[in-house]
This record gives sequence, C-alpha cells and structure tokens, in this order.
Amino acid sequence: MSDAWLAVLAVGAGTVALKGVGPVAVGTRKLPPVLTRVLGMLAPALLAALVVSETFASGRSLVVDARLAGVAAGALAVVLRAPLWLVVLAGAAATAAVRALS
Amino acid sequence: MRRGIRVAAPLLPAVLVFGVSFGVLARGTGFGVLSATVMSATTFAGSSQFAAVSVLGAGGGLASAIAAALLLNARYAPIGISVARVFHGSALRRLGEAQLVVDESWALSGAGGPSLDRGVLLGAGAALWVCWTGGTLVGALAGGAIGDPKTFGLDGAFAALFLALLLGQLRSRRTVAAAVAGGAIAALLTPEVRPGIPIVAATAAVVIGLRRRDG
Repeated sequence: MSDAWLAVLAVGAGTVALKGVGPVAVGTRKLPPVLTRVLGMLAPALLAALVVSETFASGRSLVVDARLAGVAAGALAVVLRAPLWLVVLAGAAATAAVRALS
Repeated sequence: MRRGIRVAAPLLPAVLVFGVSFGVLARGTGFGVLSATVMSATTFAGSSQFAAVSVLGAGGGLASAIAAALLLNARYAPIGISVARVFHGSALRRLGEAQLVVDESWALSGAGGPSLDRGVLLGAGAALWVCWTGGTLVGALAGGAIGDPKTFGLDGAFAALFLALLLGQLRSRRTVAAAVAGGAIAALLTPEVRPGIPIVAATAAVVIGLRRRDG
C-alpha cells in the first residue's frame, strides 16, 4: 500500500476518533480545567509552527523566497479585515507574482 | 439545517477553492484522485490534510505526516466536548454526526457557548463537507492538467491561510505565548531534524497551558 493511502487511512481513522470522542464518550461531563487549558494551546502552537514551516522551510534549510511575499500580502489582507478567501487569494497572487519576476 | 447552510454560504466559495487546491497539491505529491478525495471525505479537516500532504511531499516520511496531521486535529477533542450536549441517539449516529464538526461549523454555531445551535452546526458542517470534498475531486482530476501548483503561488497561499487561522486564535496573552514558542521551536529545529518533526515538536509549547492564570 502506498504512503498516500496509509496516510489517508491513519489520519482519517484518527480524526474520526478525535471528533467523536466528545459526542460519543464524554457527553455533558466536564474535563479537568488543566486539560482544557493545555489542549487549548495546541491550535496556536501548531498553526505558528506551520506558518514558519510553510513560509521558510525548504527541506532542512530555512530560506527566504517568494512565499514570504505571499505571507506578507496575506497578513495585510487580515489587517484590512478581508474575508478568508481574499487572504488566500492575496497570498497566492503575491507569491506567484514575485516568483514570476525573480 | 437549512439555516446552517445559509449561515455558511459566504464561506462556501473559499472552501471550494481550497478543496480544489488541496486536490491539486495532493496529486503533486503522490496521491491519486481517489485517495485525495477519500481523505477529504473522511478526515474533513483542511489544515491537517495540507500538513500531511506537505510533510509527505517534503520527504518527511509517513510517520511524521500522520503525527503532524493528528496533532493538528487534537483540538477536535475539546471542540467536540464543547458541543457534545446537542448530539443524541445511538453511539454510531453521534459518531457520524460529530464528523460534521469543523472549525467553521463550530464557530458559526456559537463556538460551543450558550447559544449553541444544533441545526446550524450540522447544516453548516454538511454544506462545508460537500464543497470541500467536491472541490478536492475537481482539483485532483484537474491536477495533472494544471501542473505545478507553485506556479500559481499556492504554497504561499497555504502559508497565508495558516497565518490567518493563527491570528484568529490569538485571543489571550497565553495563546500568543504558545504561538511564539511553537513558531520558535519549528524554526530552531528545521535545520536539525527531518521535515515534519519540527511541527510535531512545536506541540511542546502547550505546557504554557499549565499556567493557571493568563498573562
């Protein structure tokens, strides 16, 4: 079986379980507050790591390339309160433009 | 349900385009049309799918790709707990309906707060699922014809998307601290270890949540 299919199966099964654990197992019981706080930090920590990796990582190197222009354009769009689709479009357009020019 | 579809409507074109871009990216990194579409239909969590595909595409290995994706989706455990009270019926039915919970449907239906609306949660989730999965199928079918997604700056678009999602998370000093720590861990480890591992290691930043008070 290819890596792609193994990833589809493992990520799919794991995500089904993660999404289901609350509605199926926990119901209306409350989690210990410390666990809720720790889990609440996962999204910002992981998203920041993804921003760094998607912007600067190239294999094992950190590089500055056209992607940084895309992130800057996206950040500007966020600051201007643009909708998410426009943020994404700005990121793609700026990256493509800088890449075409360089 | 219908109200959920209406509430989600402004998001649907973006989700469709994202589904298409996921399909294109997945095809470019060794996924077939079927495997890319099945992933969107079953995982139905965009950032984790992009993470898995980009780790695989960067040569980061299967284990890192799976770990990064599942760690990204770990937030669905607390998110699911926050909406658990509107799920009824058999365990299988609750498990099935719970799959319609994604960041957007959760946020649109009141983010698990007192105004939580079951119809909006499930209706928005279903509409988002159709666009995400359908978009992936279209993108995966067109992928070969479209060529290298980098020409269209899609790699920069993902970075911008993650940034926008991140900025939406920064609601307190503690979440800012977790983001700074997570980003720093990823940057410091990138030259040292295989691709994928820095993202997984960044989850160590959750220890900031052990602090009782914010600030």
